[in-house]
Amino acid sequence: MSYFDRFAIPHPSPAIYASMVAIGLTVLAIIVGLTYFKKWGYLWREWLTTVDHKRIGIMYLISALLMLFRGGVDALMMRAQTAVPENALLDAQHYNEVFTTHGVVMIIFMAMPFIYALMNFVVPLQIGARDVAFPRLNALSFWLFFMGAMLFNISFVIGGSPDSGWTSYFPLAGNDFSQSVGTNYYMLSIQIAGIGTLISGINFITTILKMRAPGMTLMKMPMFTWTAFITNVIVVFAFPVLTVALLLGTMDRLFGANFFTSTNGGMDMLWANLFWVWGHPEVYILILPAFGIYSEVISTFARRNLYGYKSMVASIVIISFFSFLVWTHHFFTMGQGPLTNSIFSITTMAIAIPTGIKIFNWIFTMWKGKIEFTVPMLYAVGFIPIFTVGGVTGVMLGMASADYQYHNTMFLVAHFHYTIIPGVVFAMIAGLTYWWPKMFGFMLNERIGKWAFWFIAISFNVTFFPMFFAGLDGQARRMYTYSEASGFGPLNLISFIGALGLAAGFALLVYNIYYSTRYASRNISSDPWNARTLEWATHSPVPAYNFATVPEVHSIEAFWDQKKKGQELFKGKIEKIHMPNHTGAPFIMSCIFFVWGFSFVFSMWIPAIITTIGIFACMAYRSFEKDDGYYISVEEVENTEKKLRGAS
Amino acid sequence: MKIKWAFLCLALTILPVLTGCESLMVLDPKGPQAETQANVIWISIATMAIIVVAVFVLLVIMLVKYRASKQADDYEPPHIEGNPIVEAIFIGIPVIIIVFLSVVTVKTTYQVEATPEHLSKEEPLVVYASSSNWKWHFSYPEEGIETVNYLYIPTDRPLEFKLYSYGPITSFWIPQLGGQKYAMADMVTTLHLAADDPGEYMGRNANFSGKGFAENTFQVKAMPESEFDEWVDDVKKTAEPLTEEKFDELLEPGHLGQLTFSGTHLEFRPAPEGEYSSHQHGADRAHETSHGDHTEHSHHK
Repeated sequence: MSYFDRFAIPHPSPAIYASMVAIGLTVLAIIVGLTYFKKWGYLWREWLTTVDHKRIGIMYLISALLMLFRGGVDALMMRAQTAVPENALLDAQHYNEVFTTHGVVMIIFMAMPFIYALMNFVVPLQIGARDVAFPRLNALSFWLFFMGAMLFNISFVIGGSPDSGWTSYFPLAGNDFSQSVGTNYYMLSIQIAGIGTLISGINFITTILKMRAPGMTLMKMPMFTWTAFITNVIVVFAFPVLTVALLLGTMDRLFGANFFTSTNGGMDMLWANLFWVWGHPEVYILILPAFGIYSEVISTFARRNLYGYKSMVASIVIISFFSFLVWTHHFFTMGQGPLTNSIFSITTMAIAIPTGIKIFNWIFTMWKGKIEFTVPMLYAVGFIPIFTVGGVTGVMLGMASADYQYHNTMFLVAHFHYTIIPGVVFAMIAGLTYWWPKMFGFMLNERIGKWAFWFIAISFNVTFFPMFFAGLDGQARRMYTYSEASGFGPLNLISFIGALGLAAGFALLVYNIYYSTRYASRNISSDPWNARTLEWATHSPVPAYNFATVPEVHSIEAFWDQKKKGQELFKGKIEKIHMPNHTGAPFIMSCIFFVWGFSFVFSMWIPAIITTIGIFACMAYRSFEKDDGYYISVEEVENTEKKLRGAS
Repeated sequence: MKIKWAFLCLALTILPVLTGCESLMVLDPKGPQAETQANVIWISIATMAIIVVAVFVLLVIMLVKYRASKQADDYEPPHIEGNPIVEAIFIGIPVIIIVFLSVVTVKTTYQVEATPEHLSKEEPLVVYASSSNWKWHFSYPEEGIETVNYLYIPTDRPLEFKLYSYGPITSFWIPQLGGQKYAMADMVTTLHLAADDPGEYMGRNANFSGKGFAENTFQVKAMPESEFDEWVDDVKKTAEPLTEEKFDELLEPGHLGQLTFSGTHLEFRPAPEGEYSSHQHGADRAHETSHGDHTEHSHHK
């Protein structure tokens, strides 16, 4: 391919020029704004170089919200295109790029950072730690994810987006059938972000195993920490597979290797296997933290301890184990014979059992409780019936003989949206609303929040329920259009109307953030929800060192027992606190990674070599660097504590 | 009283939905395999309804009975760790359900992967169905004819489709006759179908294969065997022979209408099976252990 062809110059669509101008103007506005308000130093010192888990959590959060809207606009475009038969809003190529990027953005660049946002912010506080085990690596994780996400997003304006589905099955994703650089972006940006996630996995496992407050045995950890722990164990086992698969895919695309081609001994279905060996556990990487959030939210607002804590822990461990034994159900139709399909059917359906246990445990947590319908609680109780529908359709899909009829249809699309949206998106909004006062020191407006909830919950069902019927009526997924005679029209139109409602709901969510930032009272206590776990025992906003003295824990709900039984949490004297130094290295190294990825996407070998050297130089610099961190003096801690106590 | 009304409303909403389902393609089977699958779907819906109703009813009871606004201000919820009997019930019932559904699945999976039982004495009609961007080529080796984008089949006779692809992975699917299976470039998969009723059915590629995917469909016409034989004779007499050059032309990406040829491309371009295949999948392997087999066959000759 000639040099300029690779960059897709001149562009086929004027919309792309408009986007380029918009992106250029936005970047310019940010630069001018930062200069005018003299915020460059602030940005660098307080955010770009921070190693504080709370700040990193907030940066993850902002990125995730941005990506939520990017993926949401993709979704709207798809629903608009299929709203009526033979619509010409998008052409086939554009539609293929849109559903591909929708999938990748939502799973990899929205859901993943969202769970890491909450994990970063909450886990160290819940276990009474000062930070994660490796604060610098944590910053590197974030910046690698961020640069991966940015690299993926520029594909829209430079060179063309990937167009072979978020699963990127070969040989369709190979050079023969996918000739733009789109899939190169896919391979490299997910690789960069994935390395970040893998590092996070190691970091959080170490943090949770080694840095819990005295007295907090494993079976006294709050449920969200438990799910975070298991999630990261899955990450550490699953992500290396993705790393290898993407590496092999990159070799096929850039260096003419034949791992997944359909000739020269390549095996196209090897990609499908590797992808789903990572991809199925990935589903549980997303859903388990959501389960943790619901456990916290439901027990807080039912004003009761979690029912069946031990069986909850057992069920997440079992789910994590089974999540690695079911990947073949994603291609029952590959023709591996009834024996293999039967085995994977049974393992797949078996996951419903521990998941069912959790559902019933949440319901029984409300038994004899005193339920308050706050916004987080609304999402939690809305989640239960919707997710149940998603779960039972999952069991239906798990039955191989019937799956031959559902496979690759809208039925499947309906099913996984029925699990992922109430499971992940509802949980993230619930968690966001729940922990917002801890993050920012004020609460989100409950009234607007409830409006947003009802818009989202009702529109969700309007959007996705018709898809079950469309699937059973023979509508395959990923069809950019269909004929009038097919009869899919009315169902798809209902879906589009629902999608508009969802968009309104998410707009209300943003409005709520804006409104509350301006008008909400800053005069709230550190524990506005009357919550039960350790993170509410410190001030809001949380000081850099989290806890002035390390808490001593005697039960699962340490903070609740302090409030109700008068157990003392903070017994020790204030001592000087050791903290890690800020550093620009993770940010700089990730920027080099960005250029590295971009160079590989376009096969520009000279910058690729230079940046590869640069990445190793950064690592070498770090290994010779002497940095022992610094101490916060007793006086300073006492002053901060006094000030914060006055404030709250 | 209230609960009675609730159930009545539920029944009244469910009935029309269920009757509406009858016209959905997958639930309107025209062949034994699709019928088995439709039955499995109905069994699973009925079984899963137990779980859905249980969860919904329990949830509503909890939310109505234990909401804060209905309780005294000084009510303090008790600390309850759990109850082995209650937990055993809500582990036990799902286990029973999953065991039941597993038995159904295994039985029916073997069924739909084999020739339909009541037709097992009949000689199957073998059709090689291969896809190329974005077309379907149907070769009838025994009849010595080939069609593009349409498929004529006899009723009441087992059909054995041999699936493969010139290009991306596709999935061969005729919803009213049975579930789909992948067609891939480096192996041949086998799909057993049969039609009970004469009629016209929709067939399509269900696996995303690029730009022309949405229009990657074909028409299926089932007819009594005598009519089918007439059609075959007619094609042999009137259709042009398929040459290698012509076939290469057909493989070019794009959409074509319906075409008919005498002779098949299998003569000069055999399917990737047997010694031509890098690894063989699914052909009559109902009673073999697939895993061991798979690795054996993956070794290149």
